Amino acid sequence: MTATNAIEARNVVKAFGQGDATVRALDDVSVEIRKGEFFTLLGPSGCGKTTLLRLIAGFEMPTGGHILLDGQDITYLPPNKRPVNTVFQSYALFPHLTVAQNISFGLEMLGKPKAEIAARTEKMLALVKLEAMAGRKTSQLSGGQQQRVALARALAPQPKVLLLDEPLSALDLKLRQAMQIELKRLQQETGITFVFVTHDQEEALTMSDRIGVMSQGKLQQVGTAKEIYTRPRNRFVASFIGETNFLTARAEGTKARLASGDVVDLDVPATGDKTLTVRPEQVRLVAANEAGALVATIANLVYFGTDTHVHLALSDGTEVTARVQSPATGDAGLEKGAKTGLRFAPGAVQIVGD
Amino acid sequence: MTPPPMSAAEAAQINASVRNGWLLSLPALVVLAVAAVGPLLIVLVYSFLEAGKHGNVVGNFSTGGWSGILWTRDIFTDSYVLADAHLTIFWRSIKLSFLTTLTTFAVGFPTAWFIATRPPKARALWLFLITIPFWTNLLIRTYAINEVIRTEGLLNLALMKVGIISEPLKLIYTDIAVFIGMTYVYLPLMVLPLFAAIDRFDLRLLEAGYDLYASRWRVLRRVVLPIVKPGIIAGSILVFVPSLGAYVTPRVLGGGKQMMIGNLIELQFLAGKNWPLGAALSMTLLIVVTIALLFYVRAANGEKTHG
Repeated sequence: MTATNAIEARNVVKAFGQGDATVRALDDVSVEIRKGEFFTLLGPSGCGKTTLLRLIAGFEMPTGGHILLDGQDITYLPPNKRPVNTVFQSYALFPHLTVAQNISFGLEMLGKPKAEIAARTEKMLALVKLEAMAGRKTSQLSGGQQQRVALARALAPQPKVLLLDEPLSALDLKLRQAMQIELKRLQQETGITFVFVTHDQEEALTMSDRIGVMSQGKLQQVGTAKEIYTRPRNRFVASFIGETNFLTARAEGTKARLASGDVVDLDVPATGDKTLTVRPEQVRLVAANEAGALVATIANLVYFGTDTHVHLALSDGTEVTARVQSPATGDAGLEKGAKTGLRFAPGAVQIVGD
Repeated sequence: MTPPPMSAAEAAQINASVRNGWLLSLPALVVLAVAAVGPLLIVLVYSFLEAGKHGNVVGNFSTGGWSGILWTRDIFTDSYVLADAHLTIFWRSIKLSFLTTLTTFAVGFPTAWFIATRPPKARALWLFLITIPFWTNLLIRTYAINEVIRTEGLLNLALMKVGIISEPLKLIYTDIAVFIGMTYVYLPLMVLPLFAAIDRFDLRLLEAGYDLYASRWRVLRRVVLPIVKPGIIAGSILVFVPSLGAYVTPRVLGGGKQMMIGNLIELQFLAGKNWPLGAALSMTLLIVVTIALLFYVRAANGEKTHG
């Protein structure tokens, strides 16, 4: 039997503390991570994403539920018996060993033949472009280099799954962006399943095949970057990833009436009171008298360089933000207090749960 | 990055502050010269003189003190024979010091680990408890051990009550008694440097080790021990050196029969009235200890260039 999922979490619960002080770091989480994919767990700090990672690594045992690796139950297997390696947030490189010795550590512990260890270490050094640093102590390396040693060390034993716990958070912006590309390249070259934990939505959107958005110990939504951005399931997902507008409306079929009395089109028919969401870049400004356009007052203009955020107020005062591309002159030709028409791009209005 | 070249004024200033540093350490240097180097030189000189009839030394050059370490004159045949009593004492000293160091490490490492992994408040309390014995006089602590292990002592009473033994164990005035006493007395000297080293150890490295397929035992051997090595070396030296020169503990618990080097030296200066031999023995002890210290310094420096 060959499982298609590298990792499968089934109804995983992890509680810390006892009695009334119990905190559920993970509350009934089920997720399937496919073989060879770059999967990101995204969420604010304290959402349980690192706890889930530590359960997969084996550093913690779940309070309930099961974790499967390649279809086999590894829930209670100690970390040294799991073909899974971790890139730690702090790197946790061995300070008494050289770069090469750090990289070969896992292979040695697995009892691989000496020749294989040497060859594999060479290959890993080349993969992360640190051949010249092989004999150095890790404390003599820069942050970015240490990061690459941590990666090479975790990849050397050819794990079935590589776990990455916010590995880029300690790097500055330029280095972080370079490492994002590097990580993606390594993942594609090695074909190893990556489970990447981050609180940085941009990082998640640019690198991942699929993203699992977490909040308060629960998995809120799993999907590709596009799915999560364009079809957020609930308020949290919509607001955590990118910026968005929320509108309350009463839906009837494919039409929804906003609190301002304006009517907008829906993709998916619905009935009853709903929360709608529209991304600012899907809000188009049109002439105030255009047929079918919503009428709004420009409350404020904020210039962001590439684009300008236009804060609008609908007739009942509901705030809507539009993001318009800044023209070459920088002046969008809009004026505070002026009336304008606005339209939502087709398909842009989404219903979200709470 | 190369630092900008120093101006002459700056260089002069630095020279002046270095000179001031020497000036500040002058009192300490004087004390060291008078109280440590001076007496040591006297001991060195005494070791090359002849023994006086009633102790003290006579001003004639002699290597008798040094040869007396290994050779003794047989008064019946008037020939020199191997001083096997001395050899027994040397061997006992080294053996017991080594065993003491090993045992304090075996007991001290888990203790230090336990303390270093407690929350800060509890840690302070445990450290305090470890240092309490230092507040009590060594002699009193040693007699306390005597009280525990002597034939009618607490240990024998307890073991007989429980029925593990029917006859009291003869522990007092044996090598084992001296070993137990020294282990107890020197344990804090092992625990404290170990604690300092483990306290600096990044516990996250344990997870990194487990993650890379190392068992608990191999994480200990391949990750923890190499990193806390400076603490192990410091603790071992701090225990081994005073153990080798121990005087009070073997005297009280060895009962004057199970002598160690320290007792042998005392014997030469008092009852034996052979000061040159006592001085030569002292110098020998000093040399052994110095070699041990050199080993420590080299190992510690080696660690520094690595880290």
